Amino acid sequence: MPSLDFFLQPEIFLVWTSVLKTSVVLGIVLTMVAYSVWAERKVSAFIQDRVGPNRVGWAGLIQPIADGLKLLLKENFVPAGVNKFYFSIAPSLAMVPAILVLGVLPFGSTLFGVPMVIADLNVGVLWVFAVSSLGVYGIVLAGWASNSKYPFLGGIRSSSQMISYELALGLSVVPVFMITSTLNLGQIVQYQIDHGWMVFPAWFAKGPGPLEFSTESGAIFGMSLEKTLLWIPMMISFVVFMIAMFAETNRVPFDLPEAEQELIGGYHTEYSSMRFALFFLGEYAAMIAGAGVIVTLFLGGWSLPFVPDGSHGWFWGLVNIGTFFAKIAAIIFFFLWVRWTLPRFRFDQLMKLGWYVFFEVALVNIFITAGILAYLKS
Amino acid sequence: MATVVQRPKLSLLERTYFPAILGGLWITIKHFTQMALGRTKVTMQYPEQKWDSAMPEWYRGAPTLVKDEHGRERCVACQLCEFICPPRAITIKPGELPGKSVWAKVEKFPDKFDIDMIRCIYCGLCEEVCPEQAIFLRKDYSITGLTRAEMVHDKAKLYELGGVMDGLVHKWNEKK
Repeated sequence: MPSLDFFLQPEIFLVWTSVLKTSVVLGIVLTMVAYSVWAERKVSAFIQDRVGPNRVGWAGLIQPIADGLKLLLKENFVPAGVNKFYFSIAPSLAMVPAILVLGVLPFGSTLFGVPMVIADLNVGVLWVFAVSSLGVYGIVLAGWASNSKYPFLGGIRSSSQMISYELALGLSVVPVFMITSTLNLGQIVQYQIDHGWMVFPAWFAKGPGPLEFSTESGAIFGMSLEKTLLWIPMMISFVVFMIAMFAETNRVPFDLPEAEQELIGGYHTEYSSMRFALFFLGEYAAMIAGAGVIVTLFLGGWSLPFVPDGSHGWFWGLVNIGTFFAKIAAIIFFFLWVRWTLPRFRFDQLMKLGWYVFFEVALVNIFITAGILAYLKS
Repeated sequence: MATVVQRPKLSLLERTYFPAILGGLWITIKHFTQMALGRTKVTMQYPEQKWDSAMPEWYRGAPTLVKDEHGRERCVACQLCEFICPPRAITIKPGELPGKSVWAKVEKFPDKFDIDMIRCIYCGLCEEVCPEQAIFLRKDYSITGLTRAEMVHDKAKLYELGGVMDGLVHKWNEKK
């Protein structure tokens, strides 16, 4: 029987803590997926002056389980004429990338000295972009393999949508790296703890400003010249990134691949049962992962002013984890809120927005940031 | 002749979409918070809450047979309702009252009286045509069943739904 020492060997310790962290995060995220479907129905109902699901459990809280059971029990129908291989792997391809993104997000400080991130990659953000873009393949393949006109149109829309927002998505976060001078998501969060959140720099923070050569010192709270100047490009980055994230996660106003009214559900028209559920799961998991990236990059990750990190005891470690997921929940509420407010953009409007507006804004924003940094340095 | 509708001239701010988006978000969050605080008036939650108390006296629900305060079944099996029923939902088999009965002079009574509630259209013609004030449309509106046979109301069921009705004309009293 292996002793306790065996489990504390560095390599073994890494393995079992990683497995534990992975399963816990996956559990939390899948629960959040289920309940964001519930929240979607409830929020939409409230916005439209309805009551929403209220039959299964108190306020319909067991509704996600009932929905899941229904989908499990339905017939997994495969229409004639589909490309069976691509038809069956497409749902997984839509689901997996969203889950993979979660691997690099720091979802807490530390718990019993274990850092609360599954893979602390130095190229964290690049991994996020590389993997989350793969989610489009699931949709395009589903559209093509279904051998039906509406899914096909959905797939085409999805691919053209991707090329119009991915540029802006990538470029809009460059200023963040210019200021923090790191790609590691954990270090970006640490930076925001020290200097205030990217979108709320006036937040209580340890240091006066982002640059080490800062002349001011001792300011714990409030704005400094540095913070104020760098706030401008950060807000632009935030808005562009947020809007690009809507497109990335196929949410209204950019849900062109689905477009229930025009395309009868778009790429998942021909799907039923658990394959359909996987698309649904993938969409909401992508939403949660996207919200996690937004929180990590711009909203201070797991940090909260005056709340110590996990090195002060396991309780604070748990509070940090709770903070992270609470922030994600807030962003998701915003996603839902926008969905039930705005109409869908037209196809060419989205392309125009992506190519004529956001691409340029993101590009110019990089130069603005560079100029401000150069000015502050001199 | 074609009318040309001039497009409104938008200011630069309006062309960024932001004022419209924020305005829309403001409207929806108002609805959301009003609902969350329970201030929005919502639809009646049907199976728990019902209109029953607010229902008017003349409500045309399921047709029923009634008895008067003497306990006499009012129907004399004249079959007028059976003939007038537009969807032919009513089936009556008349029977003869035995001579020793108190109401022997009425002569006829319905041996069988079936109303097929799958056919019934709640028009109320049976009530209007009845010369004996025997059939009335009462307030039962939720008629359900698991089989077709269950949806046919027989005489027992019809009297159960109808019950006793006061204040009817007694045209078969001894004095008349």
